[in-house]
Amino acid sequence: MRFLLTDEQADFARTVRSLLGAAEVPAAVRAWAAGDQNPGRAVWARLADTGLFALAVPEAYDGAGPLPLELALGFVELGRAGVPGPVVESAAASVLISELGDEALAKLFLPGLAAGETSATLALPGGSPYVLDADSVNQCFTVSATGELRLTHGIVGERLASLDPARRLSRPLAAGALLATGPAVTAAAGTAGRWARLLTAAQCLGVGEALLARTVEYAKQRTQFGTPIGSFQAVKHRLADTLLALEFARPLLWAAALSLSPADVAAAKLAAGEAAYAAAMTALQLHGAVGYTEELDLSLWLRKARPLRDAWGTPSACRAEVLQPRVR
Amino acid sequence: MSLTQTAEVEAFRAEARAWLAAHVPAAPLPSLETEQGFAAHREWEARLHADRWAVVSWPEEFGGRGVDIVKWLVFEEEYWAAGAPGRVSQNGINLLAPTLFDHATDEQRARVLPSMASGEVIWAQAWSEPESGSDLASLKSRAVRTEGGWLLSGQKTWSSRAAFADRAFGIFRTDPDAPKPHQGLTYLMFDLRAPGVTVRPIGRLDGKPAFAELFLDQVFVPDEDVIGEPGQGWRIAMSTTGNERGLTLRSPGRFLAAADRLRTLWETAGDPADTALRDRVADAVVGARAYELFTWANASRFAAGETIGAESSLNKVFWSEYDIALHETALDLLGPDAELAAGEWAEPWVFSLAGPIYAGTNEIQRDIIAERLLGLPKGRR
Ligand SMILES: Cc1cc2nc3c(=O)[nH]c(=O)nc-3n(C[C@H](O)[C@H](O)[C@H](O)COP(=O)(O)OP(=O)(O)OC[C@H]3O[C@@H](n4cnc5c(N)ncnc54)[C@H](O)[C@@H]3O)c2cc1C
Repeated sequence: MRFLLTDEQADFARTVRSLLGAAEVPAAVRAWAAGDQNPGRAVWARLADTGLFALAVPEAYDGAGPLPLELALGFVELGRAGVPGPVVESAAASVLISELGDEALAKLFLPGLAAGETSATLALPGGSPYVLDADSVNQCFTVSATGELRLTHGIVGERLASLDPARRLSRPLAAGALLATGPAVTAAAGTAGRWARLLTAAQCLGVGEALLARTVEYAKQRTQFGTPIGSFQAVKHRLADTLLALEFARPLLWAAALSLSPADVAAAKLAAGEAAYAAAMTALQLHGAVGYTEELDLSLWLRKARPLRDAWGTPSACRAEVLQPRVR
Repeated sequence: MSLTQTAEVEAFRAEARAWLAAHVPAAPLPSLETEQGFAAHREWEARLHADRWAVVSWPEEFGGRGVDIVKWLVFEEEYWAAGAPGRVSQNGINLLAPTLFDHATDEQRARVLPSMASGEVIWAQAWSEPESGSDLASLKSRAVRTEGGWLLSGQKTWSSRAAFADRAFGIFRTDPDAPKPHQGLTYLMFDLRAPGVTVRPIGRLDGKPAFAELFLDQVFVPDEDVIGEPGQGWRIAMSTTGNERGLTLRSPGRFLAAADRLRTLWETAGDPADTALRDRVADAVVGARAYELFTWANASRFAAGETIGAESSLNKVFWSEYDIALHETALDLLGPDAELAAGEWAEPWVFSLAGPIYAGTNEIQRDIIAERLLGLPKGRR
């Protein structure tokens, strides 16, 4: 075995990272929260050029995948940059449609999703009771508990404000065209939910890394008592612990992307979600009062950390999944 | 040693409880971190004051009931248990008022305290500066002598609720040539609407304009608004920080009430199979009780004429970390609903996150505990 990224994989992650680094994402996040999706869409369009969205779509439908590891690496970068919008949900929608095995639906939806020309969001049984960014996507898929897959667009349920204003929540509607129904839908929804969990874990890891990097920079330059605060042991140790938690979440993420087993994915989500949230607490504490303001861009990641930790599987749900009886 | 209160204390509790039951607004007021909420809270404070419940521990001449710390704690328990609103005038009542009782002139007390008690004048604390947070003694804002008073210049920041408050109290450098940074500082009060003051609201993490930065350009302050002797600002200010960290800012009543709400949430929304969460709810209940009893022990020491010094740092670290743990447990119980900004736990959770930062960060408090209570060698600072 070789548990290391290939050169191509590392290159891909680097490409996405440098592209996002140049994309002025924080301004796009603020605009997204304020209801203007255009700068965010421009970021999505550039991501599409890297082939990111094609990684969740089979080759037969203009995709390049499915390549969960590459996709996960890309999503670490999305988290690091703080990309707004239902990125996880769009990829999971591709998985949902692919898994259905319905040729007509696949042809109808997948090429657009693979090219990044259409965006999607979805609500699945067992997922969140709210749907993310239904008002800003081309397609909103909902799967009911009884296995009905429906498509809505343009009709959005009651809006609910999230603690992260860049997450636009609404209640899913049991409306729209019925696309498919039955056990195949339920099975596909199960797989799509697992991918959503995996990619959220990846996003968490990136969010945690961004928070750590910014805080390390700040600790080097902020002085109190005539010395950089990063020279105080209490500060150093908290940052070191943050790195520890993130570095031990990373191998779980890689393994989950390789196996896609429910327990592995849950373990990755648990570890990455908790590491990112702890990184947020450290970042806030070590920035002091300035960290507690929405003016500082740090807030964009601080406010994401907690909802992402709970999205697509709370720590408690992930722990339960890790301990599901093993099938021998 | 005894856990029972006297009949007199219990009678006081009953009186407070009855008044609160009859007067606490049925629906929660809008957040006091917003302009609209600020006004609503001012009205509430006036209501409290009209029946002399605003500042029960103050002397009667200033609007209080002159009760001792035991009764104050009992009142706080009842106040929070009744679900009464947070206090918009808490900075004045908890931070400035004790300083005035200890260091001000009779004239100042008579002039400042009654309108503070009624919520007519709301005070903001203007201590921190952009470059001077933990190292407060490095502050640079200046007060320069002029005819009949002082002229303030410089910048203050993170002043809680200064966007809507009326007046502020702070420390200023009056002798830039003093040999040590904490010498040559003067403590004074000023008007936030005086000429030369610019207030810029700062949105906090949830966007509410809770605090503000203050730009001061030759702001005139008359001599009568200097607290204590010029040059003694540091010593006077430090006598207040104990209050801020210690029990007056965070009475146990607040946590007892919050732990009780958490317990109810567990009983109604908890999953009995989730023993990890159940354990955290139990920890929160025990933590509130521990803080309550710790406070009773301190209060008993006060009553016996003792003072608490560096021990107030134990309070600060305990309540701030407890507060976060309690609110995180509530959010975990709510699961996916935790992210709804309108949820009843959302704003208190956001506020709890700041606890380890304000009133002296917990890193600094732990240094104080290690050095002054455990006698460990002083670190590099
Ligand atoms: C919600 C809120 C309300 C506030 N309200 C007011 C107010 O009304 N009036 C007012 O004047 N101020 C107020 N403050 C400011 C508060 O007093 C300061 O934030 C606090 O003193 C810390 O200063 P700082 O934010 O500049 O952080 P810094 O001092 O820059 O500290 C940054 C980090 O470095 C750490 N650090 C610094 N020195 C050391 C050391 N020697 N050893 C180890 N670690 C160290 C700190 O613990 C912190 O984690 C408020 C702050 C908040 C968050």
